[in-house]
This record gives sequence, C-alpha cells and structure tokens, in this order.
Amino acid sequence: MTPVSVLGAIGQAALGRLAALGRITRFAASTFSHMARPPFYPREFAVALLQIGWLSLPVVALTAIFTGGALALQIYAGGARFNAEAVVPQIVAIGMVRELGPVLVGLMIAARVTSSIAAEIATMKVTEQIDALVTLSTNPMKYLVAPRVLAALLTVPVLVGVGDIIGILGGYVVATETLDFNAAAYLKNTVNFLEPRDIISSLVKGAAFGTIAALMGCYFGMQSGRGAQGVGQATKSSVEAAAILILAANFALTGVFFSL
Amino acid sequence: MTHPMIEMSDVHKTFGSNAVLRGIDLTIARGTSMVIIGGSGTGKSVMLKSVLGLIPQDSGRIAVDGKSVGSGTGSAERDAFLARFGMLFQGGALFDSLPVWQNVAFRLLRGSLARPRDEARDIAIEKLRRVGLKPDVADRLPAELSGGMQKRVGLARAIAAEPEIIFFDEPTTGLDPIMAGVINDLIREIVVEMGATAMTITHDMTSVRAIADNVAMLHGGKIRWTGPVAEMDHSGDPYVEQFISGSAEGPIEAVR
Repeated sequence: MTPVSVLGAIGQAALGRLAALGRITRFAASTFSHMARPPFYPREFAVALLQIGWLSLPVVALTAIFTGGALALQIYAGGARFNAEAVVPQIVAIGMVRELGPVLVGLMIAARVTSSIAAEIATMKVTEQIDALVTLSTNPMKYLVAPRVLAALLTVPVLVGVGDIIGILGGYVVATETLDFNAAAYLKNTVNFLEPRDIISSLVKGAAFGTIAALMGCYFGMQSGRGAQGVGQATKSSVEAAAILILAANFALTGVFFSL
Repeated sequence: MTHPMIEMSDVHKTFGSNAVLRGIDLTIARGTSMVIIGGSGTGKSVMLKSVLGLIPQDSGRIAVDGKSVGSGTGSAERDAFLARFGMLFQGGALFDSLPVWQNVAFRLLRGSLARPRDEARDIAIEKLRRVGLKPDVADRLPAELSGGMQKRVGLARAIAAEPEIIFFDEPTTGLDPIMAGVINDLIREIVVEMGATAMTITHDMTSVRAIADNVAMLHGGKIRWTGPVAEMDHSGDPYVEQFISGSAEGPIEAVR
C-alpha cells in the first residue's frame, strides 16, 4: 500500500462521514419543517409520548437511583482522603444535575427508544408499509417521524428532571442511612448549592439528547436496507450514532453553559 | 380526445450499474386490466412503483390520464394524484399497530378523503364483507390473521376509497391454490364492478388468465410482447412461450 492510496482511503472515509452528516442534517431540517406544518397526527403523538416518556420512567428511575447512591459512596470515600467528606450532598447534586442525570438518561433513551424506533420503522420499510403510507396519501415524515421527534423533544427533559431528583434521592438515602449524614442538613446543602443555571442546563441537555435519540432512530430506520440484516444494521447504527452524538452534544453544551 | 389511463414512453431506471428498465413503452386503456408478467428481478415492481412516483424514473415519460407523473409539485396536487390509486401490496403491507378496520379505512380517516369516524368504520366493514370477511375481523390486529385473510384486508384497503386505478403486486404469492383462486376471482369481480383500470404484476399464469384483459411481458428491461390475453398462447414470441410453458429450455436463462 502506497502512502497516496492510504491518504486516498482516509480521504474517502472522511468524505463518506461528511456526506452522512449532511444527509442527517437535511433529514433533521425536514423533520422540523414537517413538525411546524399541518397535517398533524395527534394519535401518533400521544402514542409516542406514552412510549418515549411514560414507559421509560422505570428504567430512568432505576438508572438514576443506583448512580446517585454509587456517587455518594465514591465522593465520601474520595473526600475522606483530604477530610472533605462533608461535600457529598453538593457534589452529588452538581454531578447528577449537570452531567450524570442528562447523559445517563440520554444514553438509556438511546438504548431503549432509538433502537425501538429504528427497528419499527426499518421493519415497516422492509415490509413495504412505508410505501403503503405514501400510496395512501400520507407523508411518512409527518406520520412517523415528526410525532416521535416532538414527543422526545418534550418528554426527555422531564425524564432528565425526574432522573436528577431520583439520583439526588439515591445519594441522600445512602448518605443518611449508611454514612451518618443528617437528613435535614443534607437536603439544605443540596438545595442551597444548586443554581438555576445547573437546572436549566440539565433540561436543555435533555431536550437536545431526546431530539438526537429520536432523530437517529427515525433516520436509520428510514434508510434501512432489505431483510432482517437491514433491520439489524439500522438498529445498531442508530444506537451507535445516537450515543456518540449525545456525548458530543453534552461536551458542546457543557462548554456553552459553564465555560463561556 | 380520451387519453389512455396509463402511458409509459421510453422509461429508463438504473440502480448503480444495474439498468433495470431500459426503455419501457406501454399503454393501458381506461377500464381495462393489464397484467405484467416476467421473471423475478426483471423490474416489474420498479415499473409499478415508477407510475406511483415511489421510484422516480431516470428518463422517459409516465403519464396518468394524460398528465405527466411528478409534474405537480404541491402536496395537495400529489394527494389528489394518489387519491386516484389503490394498491394491494405483495405482503399486504398492513399497519401492524392498527386494527383491521382502521387499516381498511386509513385513507378515510385522514387527508382530503376524510369522513366521520363512524362512517369510515361502516365503509370499512362493508368493504371487508365485499372481500368475504366477517365484521368480527374488523377489530382484530393484522398479526392475528392468516396470510389469505391479510391479502383480503389489503384488497379491501385498496378499494376502500373507490379508486379509478388499482395496482396489484403479486396478489397470489404465498397463498394456497384455492385461496389464490378466491383472490383472483375477487380481483376480477371488483375491477369489473368498479370499472377501474387495473395493473397487476405476477408470474402466476393462473392469475394472468383469471384477471387479464391484456398481457405484457417484461424481459431485459423492455416490454417484449403485449396483446390481449386470448392471443397470449399464440403470441409467436419464444420468450412468452417459454414463460407460459415454464420450460427451462429457451431464450430466457434459467439461472439469473
């Protein structure tokens, strides 16, 4: 292999990624455009709200409570090295609200919702249900994509808020039950330490991650190849892309909220 | 002057390096039933989907009732164009999440043809009855039905809005001979009864004889032969003769 051919391969791969990014951007723009224009499908929106929001609550709650509890134990053990055990409430609160709450909820949504959206839409494509929608004068972008993305945009911030609270609760239970923290002082320290900017950043991240998760599920579902392999590939690619974009967006939003 | 209902002139479509349609010329007169025959992978489905605009052709002209497909740009215009069509998909393509009656009445529950919900349900049940299904099927999910019943539901959905043009994509594939016969008879009856223009793609010769007024054979990306079904057995075309007889010997390669 010559250096030129290596460079060529790298260049082609980079161009391929850029082209994919361009297609995803166009898909996202088209989705937002369809969200803003009638016809609207309230039944599909309601089903998506239920699937993405309500039915994700148990997994979000479990993820958050265990993470909050583990965080309290880690901070206590780490803080003890320099006599700073007392910072547990503040660090659990800031850690959950600023980073772990939104990121973990985002990743759980990517695992649960992105995969299910991608598999469902890809199966619809493979079984010609998308073509059937078109022949029945129904735009799949409006009927399938817009309701799901809008539902994720609205419900994932709520899930993140719930996750933040339950995560803090997990830390509180561990700290008060096993680490001998005073309950009232723990809550007071938590509430006093958090700033409005922390909570706003958490909710904005939730909206961004929910949008990314639903968009990736819809995009890769609509791009699915044929057969079971096509559906599997679409599902895998959607979760990979959603997870990476959520982490990248988290980095960018953290920069916007806390470095500027 | 009366236009043919569907007219395809020099239509080409290529996927990558695979030229599927290489100059299709075909005319389907209003109120007639055209059946397209041809081997698997010869582009029959592509041809059908090109007429609907689901797969845009690379070149050539497709006209429906004298108007070029894709010439209207507005969504209302596209809606009006598609409202003229009904289509029965090969696998039924029923929406898994909706009960049978909502599948059948899908077009009647939304868009330009929307009716009140009760009226749409009544029409759906009437269409289900027309294809030989009892009203108690209406509230079941598609996954609870047999393949033959799913085809009938697909047929009921295709005719629910009383379209002028109906497409049938391999209507008897995957069905036992008796159920295939039932579906063929239903298609013929419905097309005659509604006075619709029908375009069917199949490689089931029993279907061809039951459904067709005219037959066109697609091979090598072109229409090799077209004519009335009564003349099909005496076409004089070696490709058509081999296809009808199902012989491995002849100009059509058995291994493709």
